[in-house]
Amino acid sequence: MAIEAALAAHRFGLGANQADLTNASSDPRGWLKWQLGSVDPALQAFAANKRSGDILRELPGQVDQLKGTAEGKKKIQEMGRDMFLGEMRPWMKNAFETKVPFLERLVWFWSNHFTISIQKARLIYFAGTYEREAIRPNVLGSFEDLLFASVRHPAMQLYLDNAFSIGPNSRAGKFTGKGLNENHAREILELHTLGVDGGYGQDDVIALAKILTGWSIERGDQVDNATGFKFFENRHEPGAKVLLGKTYSENGEREGTDALRDLARHPATARHVATKFARHFIADEPPPQAVARLERVYHATGGDLRALSLAIVDEPAAWNRQLMKVRTPIEYVVAAVRLLGGVRETLGDEQFKGLAESLRIMGQIPFTASSPKGWPDVASAWAGPAAIMERAQWAHVLASRIPQKPDPVRLGEMGLGALLSATTRAALERAADATQGLALLIASPEFQRR
Amino acid sequence: MTLDRRTLIQSAAGAFVLGVDAPRFSFAATPGDRRLIVIILRGAMDGLASVPPHGDADYARVRGALALSRGQGGIVDLDGSFGLHPALGTLKTFWDQKQLAVVHAVASPYRDRSHFDGQNVIETGALRPNGLPDGWLNRAMGPLGINDPKHALAIAQSVPVILQGRRDVSSWMPAQLPQVDDDFIARLKVLYANDPLFRGALDNAIDVDAVANASGAPMDPNAMRGARGYRFEPLARMAGNLIAAADGPTITVLEVSGWDTHQAQGTTEGRLNYVLGDFDKGLKALADAVRPIWDRTAILAFTEFGRTAAPNGSGGTDHGTASAAFIVGGAVNGGRVIAQWPGLHSLYEGRDLAPTTDLRAVFKGVLGDHMRIARTQLDATFPDSTNVAPVSGLIKT
Repeated sequence: MAIEAALAAHRFGLGANQADLTNASSDPRGWLKWQLGSVDPALQAFAANKRSGDILRELPGQVDQLKGTAEGKKKIQEMGRDMFLGEMRPWMKNAFETKVPFLERLVWFWSNHFTISIQKARLIYFAGTYEREAIRPNVLGSFEDLLFASVRHPAMQLYLDNAFSIGPNSRAGKFTGKGLNENHAREILELHTLGVDGGYGQDDVIALAKILTGWSIERGDQVDNATGFKFFENRHEPGAKVLLGKTYSENGEREGTDALRDLARHPATARHVATKFARHFIADEPPPQAVARLERVYHATGGDLRALSLAIVDEPAAWNRQLMKVRTPIEYVVAAVRLLGGVRETLGDEQFKGLAESLRIMGQIPFTASSPKGWPDVASAWAGPAAIMERAQWAHVLASRIPQKPDPVRLGEMGLGALLSATTRAALERAADATQGLALLIASPEFQRR
Repeated sequence: MTLDRRTLIQSAAGAFVLGVDAPRFSFAATPGDRRLIVIILRGAMDGLASVPPHGDADYARVRGALALSRGQGGIVDLDGSFGLHPALGTLKTFWDQKQLAVVHAVASPYRDRSHFDGQNVIETGALRPNGLPDGWLNRAMGPLGINDPKHALAIAQSVPVILQGRRDVSSWMPAQLPQVDDDFIARLKVLYANDPLFRGALDNAIDVDAVANASGAPMDPNAMRGARGYRFEPLARMAGNLIAAADGPTITVLEVSGWDTHQAQGTTEGRLNYVLGDFDKGLKALADAVRPIWDRTAILAFTEFGRTAAPNGSGGTDHGTASAAFIVGGAVNGGRVIAQWPGLHSLYEGRDLAPTTDLRAVFKGVLGDHMRIARTQLDATFPDSTNVAPVSGLIKT
């Protein structure tokens, strides 16, 4: 039981926190399932933040006013940075303190599945709103709703360019001479639904791009809803489209919802999602039987993500005592902060900057993935020689900056529970001083794995 | 303190600074010690923008708003048929010195248009995505006789697929945190003894750090951002210092991203111009840093596929097929664009530059002529490629 409590906290949660281990101790699976019935505290914590509709209404005017001068341009940059940091601070604080860490992991998983990235500059205004509006409310709903929310959100519309895709034979297309941009359509098929081996071809990419023409965003005073999404009939490519052998006759915006629903329910999507889900919680190369079981649940429930989340809790392979996964830098930093007692009251400027800098050095600032594929979910991407040395250095810096140093052995027992190995315990006991001991604990394989 | 290899090398470097002749590894001094630097251009570089075929009668028509002008500030002519994007000034200098060869209309065997599968194919050297479990540079380590992991180096936080495989390799990034003391390292080794992944990574990092320390590569985090916010340029300079150091790597992999220009690609301004500028300045920094071994160096830069010949609906280009590859270096037999030019009048699937040269032929040409790997071993390094003849004449004889 003790080991299962530790696995619940580490593999399914955000790592070591005394409260987590206590809560998980009597009934690890029950604790995880209880989280799936809880309200995401972040939805409330972020309730006062701007919605993307507000941003689209206000921002273009502000930018137009400022962009004429060098000083104005600088101001625009600062605005973006401030908005992003304003989102990131409560995001990190929530990760350090949440009592429903499994739920937060699900948010991160789906946020990564439907990646957007501020590497595309204008996304800096929407990174926070995207996760809050499109991902967070839908992680325990149906995959279909999550897909719709992602496709329609301004962040995704801008990230994968669908906002600029115009049917060449639409009224707008004929007038402007502009045409299709197939970027979003391709990634929906390849990354978000069917998967790269899901049995689609270039014709299907073009068909879906045509189907989604007109799905775009509004700006300025024209914004009339909370997200800023708008369907522009005059950009929509007219005529029937054939996607995966099925004909979608001309039906405006409904073509897109119909096609996305069919994609969400496609067997290839069930397989793709089940594989990624199993890879995230079980192992880089998840056992095929486990994938098959998750796939059946997805299929039987029509892509019910609560059912999928319950299924991973009940999946025997997910309770393997061997720690197969290496934590990503975000998971690693969050687990270390939770181990050391979280962040008291407010997340101070210096702490926040330090942690953001830590994530930058380790190569994983939230919402900065380098491609629409999102962050890699395998150890080979995060545990190369340079990365492992960096983590060791980071553990050392972190340990040296803790003002009142707890006893490393006791902290290890508390935080890792039954996962603490004899080798690590011996190293902690033999450490030259508390700083070195804490650094070794944070750099230990069992703390870097989950 | 344990007197491990790291300590030894550091002491040696220290002695050198004090003016005492430090023992050097003999490897770097071996005649014929040839170096290969591979640069993966991730995101699909537009070959028609970087090496515009301005002599093609259909060029201006097909490229539309993305066509570069031929006048002042536009295309830099190479041979009357092909030119360089004006942001590639360093490459033009290498061209004039006959140290740049371009292979155009080149593509891997992969014909779909996924970045991730496309990159997998150019890195594994397989016929299809995930067709081979390891990277072709890792397989080439056998015939190259590279046994020391630090002689196969990725300048990256994690080892890219091209270098992954059976043989241990290294990765390195400039240190941005204070280095840990040897005692801590010794204890970590004990901690990682039962975890092969962590143990192997740590051992490799220690070896490469020693080379980096000896190379004098600047470790100032502020050095990581160059003029105009360039990322590749400062990294390339540090990588160059490391490569040129005593006992530096035989093969090195670098990466440049930012090529996925779906929107607002631009011509002489805009996103692509910026990425090309960073790449070009990075090549200069790299070449300057490896000056002492330049004559023995070849740099091979390539991308997973090209982009559509015509602009898309939003001033950019979508995923295409053939692109261009660059071979630069003192060892290169340059001043030539090598292409069986398919012409822009007849596009692949009506949209992309048609591929006429297999990228594997370029890889084999460079590995064969520059790194002196025999044809049979090249064919073993690239399974299913016996019918793909190496591109010959890329390297000076």
